[in-house]
Amino acid sequence: MIMDYQLIWALLIAVAVFAYVTLDGFDLGIGILFPFIKDPAKRGRMMNTVAPVWDGNETWLVLGGGGLYAAFPLAYSLLMTAFYIPVFTMLLALVFRGVAFEFRFKSRDHQKHWDFAFSAGSIIAAAMQGAMLGAFIEGIVVENAKFVGGPFDWLSPFSVFCASAVVVGYALLGTGWLIMKMEGNFQGRLRGLAKPAVIWMAANLGVVSLMTSYIHPAYAARWFDMPNLFFLAPIPIVTAGLLFWLWHAVKHREKTVFGITLGIFFLCYAGFGITLYPNIVPPMIDFRTAAAPDNSLSFMLVGAAILIPIILAYTAYAYWVFRGKVGDEGYH
Amino acid sequence: MFDPDILARIQFAFTISFHIIFPSFTIGLASFLFVLEALWLRTRDDTYLALYKFWLKIFALAFGMGVVSGIVMSYQFGTNWGPFSEFTGGVLGPLMAYEVLSAFFLEAGFLGIMLFGLNRVGPKLHFTATTMVAIGTLFSAFWILSANSWMQTPTGHIIENGRAVVESWWDVVFNPSFPYRLVHMVLAAFLTTALVVGAVGAWHLLRDRENRAARIMFSMAMWMAAIVAPVQIVAGDMHGLNTLEYQPAKVAAMEGHFETQNGAPLILFGWPDMAAEETKYAVEIPKLGSMILTHDWDGRITGLKDFAPEDRPNATIVFWTFRIMVGLGLLMALLGIASLFARWRKSIYSCTWLHRFALIMGPSGFIAILAGWFTTEIGRQPWVVYGLMRTSEAGSPVAPAAIAGSLAAFVIVYTIVFGVGTAYIIRAMNRDPRFAHSPKGEVLRAGSRPVADPTFPQAGE
Repeated sequence: MIMDYQLIWALLIAVAVFAYVTLDGFDLGIGILFPFIKDPAKRGRMMNTVAPVWDGNETWLVLGGGGLYAAFPLAYSLLMTAFYIPVFTMLLALVFRGVAFEFRFKSRDHQKHWDFAFSAGSIIAAAMQGAMLGAFIEGIVVENAKFVGGPFDWLSPFSVFCASAVVVGYALLGTGWLIMKMEGNFQGRLRGLAKPAVIWMAANLGVVSLMTSYIHPAYAARWFDMPNLFFLAPIPIVTAGLLFWLWHAVKHREKTVFGITLGIFFLCYAGFGITLYPNIVPPMIDFRTAAAPDNSLSFMLVGAAILIPIILAYTAYAYWVFRGKVGDEGYH
Repeated sequence: MFDPDILARIQFAFTISFHIIFPSFTIGLASFLFVLEALWLRTRDDTYLALYKFWLKIFALAFGMGVVSGIVMSYQFGTNWGPFSEFTGGVLGPLMAYEVLSAFFLEAGFLGIMLFGLNRVGPKLHFTATTMVAIGTLFSAFWILSANSWMQTPTGHIIENGRAVVESWWDVVFNPSFPYRLVHMVLAAFLTTALVVGAVGAWHLLRDRENRAARIMFSMAMWMAAIVAPVQIVAGDMHGLNTLEYQPAKVAAMEGHFETQNGAPLILFGWPDMAAEETKYAVEIPKLGSMILTHDWDGRITGLKDFAPEDRPNATIVFWTFRIMVGLGLLMALLGIASLFARWRKSIYSCTWLHRFALIMGPSGFIAILAGWFTTEIGRQPWVVYGLMRTSEAGSPVAPAAIAGSLAAFVIVYTIVFGVGTAYIIRAMNRDPRFAHSPKGEVLRAGSRPVADPTFPQAGE
């Protein structure tokens, strides 16, 4: 059997990035919510809900980046060069927020500083991811397989809207997660925070979707030409439906908020995929041009096929171990 | 100074030098935690559990810093070294992907249970988690050293359309220098951890010689130093022979030899002057250089002058970093032997000068690892992939100001973050290990992280 390794790896990396976005999304969201929750004890509880799992969540970022380097070296080299400033800003923000998990509890005197580092780090990392997403959709300037744009090409009105959408999206994921994990008054406070976030996200998604179709004629054609219009129309319609359902759920439901938000993330992500396919460095370079040799892709696929199911199994186990409400008493 | 290649190299050297400290500590520490928990499960002696919890807090801090600095590394190839990434992606990418899949996920997946799960999953499953984390650190060393070794001694590939394409994965992974590097590095990690544990044990023994937890730590660490330091010297010698075979220019730079000669002397000290092409003020022992390197008194050693000037690594730096590493290695072996002597005299827990010696040697493993790392990496220059790609061809077309700016940001952020982290680690080491565990099991309670447990007396509070 001849396998299309290039396509398989394009899909696997897309899955790894989506796993990262949703998993690290909700723990970044907790940092984004910090400015609204002042009580240090509540902040401690919020952090404790993700302390055992955030390491694993963030590993998907390494797999996404490492996988891109391994499977599509040309795309990796072009995108990283073009996104030099946002990549490093994101990484330094992740350094601050990552160590805050350990450092926050080490010193009562400095707790405020590490809370700030955790929160600012989460917000900046999320914003940079959103900005890179926007810049990625807009495309980068490539000549003869070299990036020839400027260091601030990634910054545009569109990428700012995308940054805002990702920050509020992560905040909603974080709220959904915490509504599951918390009880009583604090849960009510979280529901209150979620309401404006839903409106903000709906508005942001609308703007970003409309702007996307003006960026390149090809993007608009992908969505509006017949028969695509017919097949793709369910995506925005279902997304709108989920947003309405989310509005209802944040007031009354406990476990569905997180699930619906995940659903919205999935549809948006699928929407971007449909818009951009088959390009891996928009607007010119498709994933086949950027791919590593087949023997590299097949060598990695053996490992991925064996190890990813095992990883998913013990990751699920770790989540199961730390399941349930995190009350004032914590885990024990 | 504002040459983008130099800036990118400084940035990479800076970030990797910070990074390498944490994994080399956590590789050894994870195995140490594995041994401590195994001893606790076997003997049910609570002192072992106390020691486990004492070192677990330090492990959590060091691991956290290793993770965040490591994520930075994984993206730097693309940001600063685009042409390198394109050229090597098909070879090195899969090795690193295997590292992520087999090691990072294993460590990250079980770390939460290791840190917070003892009362949730019970001792047996918890021990499994500790084991998995320890294995994960070793897998990680395996893959990353394979990747680094391939850059030093590339085999198993062909060049096609300006890219390295693999012909044999076996030859790529098990390239000629890989076994030596892996053994040398893992032993270095174990030795470094042993020296830190020994120094902490010595510190508490100097305060209270009856401290049982400190006695156990110190004794275990000194056994490790006594056994591993001599083994490491042998491993280092074998690695040297391998380097002489595959990277003779590096060895010439390490030894400060400019002229090719039979029966070359061992230059103990001196100042290799690259411009003058001679080692000034050399203090030599005749013929010993050939004996050590070729195991023959009249063995032939190639000098740097046999290589074109543009192919020579910087001997001034490499000569000295190599001597720092070897000098510290000899001191470590001396510490191990001294501890055996003290054990024989039955004074291992009372010998004040031995404890002071062990305390001073505490950080020496880190310095030796950095010095060794500089030796092997700077000695590889001017190649980034030995014989295949020059460092000067590997850099991304990034504006020098962007590299300089990010370098400045790294220096500031790393100094703050890792400075504070190191201070927290030292503070955790200063606590009395006997109080790290209280028998009622309330240590990992109340959802607080183990590092935060309020039942521990905190130094400085």
